[in-house]
Amino acid sequence: MTNSHITSAYDEELKYLTRRISEMGGLAEQMAADAVRALVTGDAALAQKVISEDVVLDNAEREIIDKAVVTIAKRQPMAADLREIMGAIRIAADLERVGDLGKNNAKRVIAIQQSGVPRALARGLEHLSELALMQLKEVLDVYATRSAQKAESIRDRDEEIDAMYTSLFRELLTYMMEDPRNITPCTHLLFCAKNLERIGDHATNIAESIYYITTGYQPEGERPKHDDSVSVAVTPDA
Amino acid sequence: MNDATMNNALMSNVKTTTKADVMTESKISAKNVQVFYGEKHAIKDVNIEIRPRSVTAFIGPSGCGKSTFLRCINRMNDTIDICRVEGDIAIDGENVYDPKVDPVQLRAKVGMVFQKPNPFPKTIYENVAYGPRIHGLARKKSEMDEIVATSLQKAGLWNEVKDRLDAPGTGLSGGQQQRLCIARAVAVSPEVILMDEPCSALDPIATAKVEELIHELRENYTIVIVTHSMQQAARVSQRTAMFHLGELVEEDDTDKMFTNPNDQRTQDYIMGRFG
Ligand SMILES: Nc1ncnc2c1ncn2[C@@H]1O[C@H](COP(=O)(O)OP(=O)(O)O)[C@@H](O)[C@H]1O
Ligand SMILES: [Mg+2]
Repeated sequence: MTNSHITSAYDEELKYLTRRISEMGGLAEQMAADAVRALVTGDAALAQKVISEDVVLDNAEREIIDKAVVTIAKRQPMAADLREIMGAIRIAADLERVGDLGKNNAKRVIAIQQSGVPRALARGLEHLSELALMQLKEVLDVYATRSAQKAESIRDRDEEIDAMYTSLFRELLTYMMEDPRNITPCTHLLFCAKNLERIGDHATNIAESIYYITTGYQPEGERPKHDDSVSVAVTPDA
Repeated sequence: MNDATMNNALMSNVKTTTKADVMTESKISAKNVQVFYGEKHAIKDVNIEIRPRSVTAFIGPSGCGKSTFLRCINRMNDTIDICRVEGDIAIDGENVYDPKVDPVQLRAKVGMVFQKPNPFPKTIYENVAYGPRIHGLARKKSEMDEIVATSLQKAGLWNEVKDRLDAPGTGLSGGQQQRLCIARAVAVSPEVILMDEPCSALDPIATAKVEELIHELRENYTIVIVTHSMQQAARVSQRTAMFHLGELVEEDDTDKMFTNPNDQRTQDYIMGRFG
């Protein structure tokens, strides 16, 4: 559908941005997955690796912004080219945040290590992480293929993650009530779960950016938002 | 034609346009316009409505017919022997190709500014006074002084030249010369101003001044501008029309045209891609 630019260096500049975004995506996904694995298995070394990788994403985002700004100044992009560059800047910011969230989960590994993660809760967390990471993986695939239709369906699926998060939230509260010794690990796990839910949100943001890049229109309507945890209350006699 | 008949023709023009202004939404309405240079079919069935008191930009690759179509609006193509124009072009509902229309009067109502600033080899004052004089717009010297001053003010040139109105117009810088040409067009109280690449010979500062001027003139005039600069079209116009091989490919709000045009040919052209 898209023809090459008459100035081939312009094509190279745009390709650079897409390549860096894909690289960032791959790393952010890896970090988020490793952090959850480190949590569940109590692997401090793996957690440390995730923490140290964050700087790579930070730098990548900065480089993408620098290159994008230079390209805008030099080429004065129009239409799909302009949307592509604006989209790259937004997606890079989302991926950088995904890295931060992965890093935050990794940091909690040490605190949880002493008490360990109850098997049942670990399963819930893994499940949530699977959903969020699947969302992220698919959205990165869509970035490569530029399917507006797929981008839209990914956006619509954020609901599942939110529902999963709410149920995990409820479960964690129950554990805390059963035994005060659970409070420390469960509170950390609560944050971990929230981080994973937010990774899903960033994946959804990215889906919206891709939709805009490909179609030139903002996706219509409110995106589905069902974080019901804000109203969850568990009472001891429940 | 003597001055009196000129005046009459002008007055009748003014009256009818005022009436029609109320009746039509578009200032210029082109229907099924075809232009031929001998055998060459330069404009192919172009239909477009141009809105009053707004800026419409014509874009498209060289040779696609932008200038040809622009020249249809004030019948400048009449001066080209091999050129033949078919179809209807109406300003305020009045066909400009009606035999009753005097092309000289038409060109006062529809002023034109060209790529290369072309001041007459006369004083700055005379450059501006020339049109009003041949159209009999001033009865005495004081009236003419007034027209010259306000025209130069409207063209944003007054402060730069008010102390040297007797200096030759050709002695001004390129950007000033172009604004002098705009003052000259404005002096005969036109309703429409056509500009054919008015900034392509100007540096960025002079270009910015002309663009600022276009922005101000828009309140009172219908402006059609041909430009090779996508950024300029995006900056100065409200509507943009894309021409390609003599056809009008698409016409839309400028903001839409430069962020999300419909036609592949427009996309390729504005993004600088092979089409
Ligand atoms: N005076 C002329 N005589 C013959 N052909 C002309 C003349 N003016 C323009 N043309 C032809 O008409 C086509 C459109 O030209 P023009 O309107 O000048 O295009 P643009 O302004 O978009 O560059 C071109 O193929 C050009 O060669
Ligand atoms: Mg031309």
